[in-house]
Amino acid sequence: MLILTCPYCGLAADETELSPGGEAHLKRFGPGSSDDEFTGYLFHRGNPRSVHFERWRHANGCGKWFLAARCTVTLEVFGTYPAQTTEPPAAILDAIRAKRPDWEGRA
Amino acid sequence: MSDAMTALATVTLLPPQGMVTLRADLGDAAVRAAIEAATGHAVPDTRSITGTGEAGLGWMSPDELMVFTGREAAPALAGSLAEALAGQHHLALDVSDARAVFLVEGPGVREVIAKLCPVDMAPGAFGPGELRRTRLAQIAAAFWMESETRLRLVCFRSVARYAEDVLTNAARPGTAVGLF
Repeated sequence: MLILTCPYCGLAADETELSPGGEAHLKRFGPGSSDDEFTGYLFHRGNPRSVHFERWRHANGCGKWFLAARCTVTLEVFGTYPAQTTEPPAAILDAIRAKRPDWEGRA
Repeated sequence: MSDAMTALATVTLLPPQGMVTLRADLGDAAVRAAIEAATGHAVPDTRSITGTGEAGLGWMSPDELMVFTGREAAPALAGSLAEALAGQHHLALDVSDARAVFLVEGPGVREVIAKLCPVDMAPGAFGPGELRRTRLAQIAAAFWMESETRLRLVCFRSVARYAEDVLTNAARPGTAVGLF
């Protein structure tokens, strides 16, 4: 069972209280972009066997979207942070590097 | 705790309750002052309720409050809130008909909720004054404790029958787990 702390409520919310939103920090390619860029934006998703950044929504709680960094192998959660960021905050990256020294960063 | 013959708690569907949903920047001092003047209640902190479920303010999300008032007074209150917040980005709407309110009463209220919601209901972890929006079996719900043996629960009216059924089932006589 995954338990994520909602950064808005401050609650340790059970997975069944949340709904998943897929990979976080996607860059949108809209009108004017090339076909390859648009295909990548629409379909190509990272599926790392390690640290992953995801979007989650506190659907049965405050209803807000937030982002989470977790390990897809061990389900270890490195931290959660508000959705209004385009890059993972330094504190989250530090927490990941402290526990996964060989992590190579976001692909 | 209750014996094998009595229910853990009684579940009662309450008569229509006035509710006004209010969305605004709750961190703004002018907004807070306007809300407090219009409702007579302090703006609640994160995950809490001020006043009561009959007349009070409940925290729904960082930019949303639920204003509890009398059913007949709700449209007028929505109007006066909109007036008080004129010029500020906000939404005040009478949503009284959207939700149903239940009173769960008895020595086993903590157990009844703990059976249905992913919430730590242990005394000390959750108590009166706190409002929790969560999942009740398969539906969204919010609840708060009025005392150690009285709890008020709100869910959408369209699923009120389901909520009543699962609550009543969880409170069935002889089903005490004895956790709290």
